[in-house]
Amino acid sequence: MRVYVCVKHVPDTAANIKVVGGSGFDESVKFIVNPYDEYAIGEASKLVKAEGGEVVIVTLGKASAMTTVRAALAIGGDRGILIKTDKQFVESDETALILAKAIEEDGGADMIFAGKQAADSEGMQTCYRLAANLGMPVATEVIGFSYADGKAIVEREIGGGEREVIEMTAPCVVGATKGLNEVKYPKLPDIMKAKKKPVNEMDAGSLKVDALGLVELVSLEQVPERSNAKMLEGSVTEAVDTLVKLLRDEAKVLD
Amino acid sequence: MARIGVLIETNEKSVKPANFGVLTAARGEGNEIYAFVLEADAAAFQDGLKAYGVSKVIAVGASDGDFSKKPDLQAAALVAAMKNVEITALLTLSSTRGKDLLARMAAATHSGLALDCIGVDLDAGTCVKPYFAGKTEATLKLSGDLFLCAIRPNAIEETEAPCDITAETFTADVTDDGKLVIKEVKASGSAKVDLSEANVIVTGGRPIGSKENFSILEECANAMGGAVGASRVAVDSGFASHAMQVGQTGKIVSPKLYIGCGLSGSVQHFAGMKTSKVIVAINNDKDAPIFTKCDYGIVGDLFEVVPALTAALKK
Repeated sequence: MRVYVCVKHVPDTAANIKVVGGSGFDESVKFIVNPYDEYAIGEASKLVKAEGGEVVIVTLGKASAMTTVRAALAIGGDRGILIKTDKQFVESDETALILAKAIEEDGGADMIFAGKQAADSEGMQTCYRLAANLGMPVATEVIGFSYADGKAIVEREIGGGEREVIEMTAPCVVGATKGLNEVKYPKLPDIMKAKKKPVNEMDAGSLKVDALGLVELVSLEQVPERSNAKMLEGSVTEAVDTLVKLLRDEAKVLD
Repeated sequence: MARIGVLIETNEKSVKPANFGVLTAARGEGNEIYAFVLEADAAAFQDGLKAYGVSKVIAVGASDGDFSKKPDLQAAALVAAMKNVEITALLTLSSTRGKDLLARMAAATHSGLALDCIGVDLDAGTCVKPYFAGKTEATLKLSGDLFLCAIRPNAIEETEAPCDITAETFTADVTDDGKLVIKEVKASGSAKVDLSEANVIVTGGRPIGSKENFSILEECANAMGGAVGASRVAVDSGFASHAMQVGQTGKIVSPKLYIGCGLSGSVQHFAGMKTSKVIVAINNDKDAPIFTKCDYGIVGDLFEVVPALTAALKK
C-alpha cells in the first residue's frame, strides 16, 4: 500500500505569537510537526507494517518546513515530499488542491492520513476538501482505526456519551486526533536515519492548481490575557462564600 | 435584510439550548430565519424555535432509506434544501456533527467555510475565529456559492425575538456513492452532559490524584447543573477519559463559568477554555501561572476548597 500522511509545519503550541503587519505573525519561533499529525503518522506506520508498502510524508510550507518533514520521518515514514510556497498561510481550498495534485502525480494513494486540524489556523476542513478533490470518502476526529478487505472502520467521539462507528471504502482520508494511538517519540537512531531518507522538493507553483480563493484572512489580532484576578482571602469557608456571592451578584453567571 | 438558514441540532424531540446563540447571531439586525432539521418531524420543533425568530422550520430528508447513516447524503440534501428556498448562508453549532456536515457541504460545493467561530457579520460576509489556540483572533472573509459558518457553543449571548412560525418538509432528490456508512452508534463511556455545550465546567488537574477523586468535582458540578472536565495530565495519568479533556488536543469549551481545580494554567490548556466568560482558579500553589490569567482565585487545597464550595452552593 502507498499511504500518504499530510503533515503541517506549525509554530510550537507553547510559543508566543506576535502579530505583524495586520494579518501575519513573527516566524522567529520554534516550529514543530502539527500535534494532530503525529497520530496520523503513527497510524499510517502501523497500517504499512501490517499490510506492507510505504509511508510518504507530504508537507506544504516554506522551505524551512524541511525540519518538520525530517521530524515527521523520524516518527515514521519512508520518504517525503516538500511542496514549497512563500505564503505564511495557504487557505484550505488551495492547500487541498495542491496536496491532491502532488499525491496524484506521485502515484496516487491507497490511504491518506492527516491530523484533524492544524494547530495554527485551525481550519478543520482540509481533510474534507482533499477527499472531495480525490473522490474519496472522509472521516475526521478519528480515535479508532482498523483496515481489512479494502474497507476502513473508524470510530469518532460524537459527544453526549456516544461514539460513531463508520465504514469507508478505501482509498479514503482519515483525520486523526488524540486517542487514536500513543505517540512514539523518536530516539536518536530514528532521527539520524530520517536525515538520510529521500525528500522530493518542488515549488507549489509547478503543480499549477486553480484555487478559487474562498477564504481571505482579513486581519489577525492579538488576544490580551486576562489580568488583575480577584484573589479571595480568609478561611476556606469565607473564601468560598465570597466566591459564590461574586459569581451570583457581580459576574452573574450563577442563578 | 436577508434570509438566513440555521441547521438546528436536536436532542431527540427538543431543540438543544446551545442553538439559541446561533439563531441570535443569524438574526443580526432583523434577518429572516429559516431553520433546517434533519430527518425529523418539523412541527415538533416549532415551539422551541419561534421564540428565537425562526419563521419557518424545514425537515430535510431524502428518499434513501439509510439517510441517517450517510453524512454525505445529508450534506447534499441540505445543499438542495437551501437552494430550494433561495438561501445562500447557513449557520450552525460548531459541534462534532455540525462541523462535519458543514465541511462536507463546503467540500462538495467549493464554498467558503469557517468553523469554531466566535463571531459573524452576515452583512460583511465575515467571521471571527481563534487562530493559534486563542492567542490571536482572525477575521475571515468567505466567498463562493455558499457562506457556511459554525459557531462555538456559548460564544454568542442568546436573546429572544418571538415570531410566527410554519413547518414544512423537503425531500431532496439526491444520491450517494455509498462509500461511507455509519455502521453503529455506541456508548463511549464518556459523560452524558456534552462538555462543549455545558454552561458550567469544573475541571481537575494532576493533583486530583485518582479516578475516584473526580467524584468531589462531580458533586460540585452537579450543584450548578454543570459538567466535569480534565487536564491533559489528568487524562494521560488515567484519571479521566479523553472525552473529558479540555485543551489544545481535547475539547474546546466556552462556558459561562469555568472552575479550574489544581490546574497550572498552561498555554495548551487555555487554548481550550480561554473564551469562557468567567474563569475561577483553585490551586494550593500561590505562584501557579493560572492566577495571572483568571478572574477569581482561591489559594488552597482543592480537597478542602471544592467540597466547601459545593456546600456553599447548596446553601
